[in-house]
Amino acid sequence: MKNLTTSVRIALRALKVNRTRSALTMLGIIIGVAAVIAMVGVGAGATERIQEQIQSIGSNLIIVLPGSISSNGVRLGSGGVATLTQDDAVALAAECPSVALAAPTVRGGVQVVYGNNNWATVAQGVTPDYMTLRDYTMLSGQFFTTQDVDAAAKSAVLGETVARNLFGDSSPTGQVVVIKNVPFTVAGVLTPKGQSPTGQDQDDVILLPISTATQKVLGANKANAKAVGSVMVQAISPQAMDLAIQETEALLRERHRILPGLEDDFTIRNLTEVFAAQETSAQVMAVLLGAIASVSLVVGGIGIMNIMLVSVTERTREIGLRLAVGAKRQNILSQFLVEAVTLSVVGGIIGIVVGVTASVVISRLAQWSTDISVLSVVASFLFSALVGVFFGYYPARKAALLNPIGALRYE
Amino acid sequence: MADIIAIQDLVKDFQLGEVPVHVLKGVTFRIERGEFVAIMGPSGSGKSTLMNILGCLDTPTSGSYSLDGISVGALESDELAEIRSKKIGFVFQQFNLLARTSATENVELPLMYTDTPARVRRERALKALQAVGLSGREDHQPSQLSGGQQQRVAIARSLVNDPTIILADEPTGALDSRIGLEIMAIFQRLNRDGITLVVVTHDPDIASYATRLLHFKDGRLQKDERIAHPRDAQQEVDQLAAEPAEAVAPS
Repeated sequence: MKNLTTSVRIALRALKVNRTRSALTMLGIIIGVAAVIAMVGVGAGATERIQEQIQSIGSNLIIVLPGSISSNGVRLGSGGVATLTQDDAVALAAECPSVALAAPTVRGGVQVVYGNNNWATVAQGVTPDYMTLRDYTMLSGQFFTTQDVDAAAKSAVLGETVARNLFGDSSPTGQVVVIKNVPFTVAGVLTPKGQSPTGQDQDDVILLPISTATQKVLGANKANAKAVGSVMVQAISPQAMDLAIQETEALLRERHRILPGLEDDFTIRNLTEVFAAQETSAQVMAVLLGAIASVSLVVGGIGIMNIMLVSVTERTREIGLRLAVGAKRQNILSQFLVEAVTLSVVGGIIGIVVGVTASVVISRLAQWSTDISVLSVVASFLFSALVGVFFGYYPARKAALLNPIGALRYE
Repeated sequence: MADIIAIQDLVKDFQLGEVPVHVLKGVTFRIERGEFVAIMGPSGSGKSTLMNILGCLDTPTSGSYSLDGISVGALESDELAEIRSKKIGFVFQQFNLLARTSATENVELPLMYTDTPARVRRERALKALQAVGLSGREDHQPSQLSGGQQQRVAIARSLVNDPTIILADEPTGALDSRIGLEIMAIFQRLNRDGITLVVVTHDPDIASYATRLLHFKDGRLQKDERIAHPRDAQQEVDQLAAEPAEAVAPS
């Protein structure tokens, strides 16, 4: 320990004497560490952005689609038959303990008209639960209420894209738009959600009370007036997703009186799962970026070894002198090793500062979200210290094994 | 016993390719405490090799060498380092000061490898600098000092660990004769204060300030003469200073 503090003191003096060289040597490590931190930050930021997109669909969502029955051997695709009803949705919310909300939805393409403007969009008939379930908030106005749904009120909520195309900069709330000759009062505008993970504009939509939508706009299914296009189910927690799927399936089979052994007349999809793959690929990218940046750290380490070797040669007389005045080989070894480690550790610390700054600048200027992880900071710091020991040992050993007589005469 | 150095039948061979070169061919002498010894001889006489062995930088092929009662011949390199650290001070022809490092820090260097606390290191370094007349230049770097001043810093460095003996290898070789004289004056003063000195030189003029001369030739001790009344370097320095032609600005 005593020896170590001596070595640190001597090494720091030596580094201070060669300021410019020390700084340039450190630069290699600084760039290496900064690159690792910034690249991992950019990668993690991309992952986070995908997570945000997944969140924008709504969390813990399961979608139930009607159909997929066979009729005389002809199998129809999902949604082919109107087997799912609003009552199913009510029952799911009421009877399944793992289900928090269930929102029935009908949808269809419509032409919306306001004054001289018109716009083709998707009309969705929903209940107020849909807003909670999809994590919608209102940009202006109010969402329609359960009473509006019960009374089949002619009330509409616009997506931001629709509002912009019909109204431009003026406020749509309270105005009247016409859909299939039916006048609707605009109750409010949704806060934009942007693109869905699949690239669809989630704001190009108009929401109507489900009752009004089936009766006045989209037309009721002739077989079943309460049939819906889909039911969105929200589980109470991410852990309850599997349980919610099981409960939904069991309840719907019971309600639809499907005998054991027969196929379901509905399809259940786990929305979150679909996008997990995208998240994985973003994480792979983050790891790759980090790995490439690590290479520059190794190159920085080789720079340290190079400079230390030059330094040992150049300071041969100094080493001879130190040996002559009583330094042990151990003292010389640790002096040069400490010099190398100091270069890499100080370089590492500066690199962390530069890397964090670079991440912030990248996220500001390039509008890329970056996420600096504590792990990448700690790991790159430890790695840089290790680089110092690894690449510093050989030159230090070379210095320690010098013959004092030859070293003192070295020109 | 008063012997600081006792050398008996010292032999040193170097292997140059196939042929062994006999550099020291059986040397025997003793040096007592308080002596000022000049080792003289032409180049190739083995005086540098002898100096390296005396300084514990090298070990003899055969024969015995004891320094201050310790038999040095059989020691390991770390034990030799320990002896150099505690008992020997070196002065070199080329000064060998650390560049861009203050005089005080240069003088402190030998103490860095001992258990001396920082405050004591500094105190002793300042005291050593004062002993060689460099008070006021403690923070100067070697590049800001003249050759003579640099050699005085080196002498202070050799003094700082309170050594049993100071070994100087051609200490005036890189200086002009006038400055060399001042260095010899410092050596004589240190010697009068009780420090044992061994100076290696090929210059008879420099050797004439010592109390004892050891002449070497072809790896053998040729002549061992004691000088009853050596020249006084300080007196000669004062005389030179008094000459009007080379008047030095009064300090």
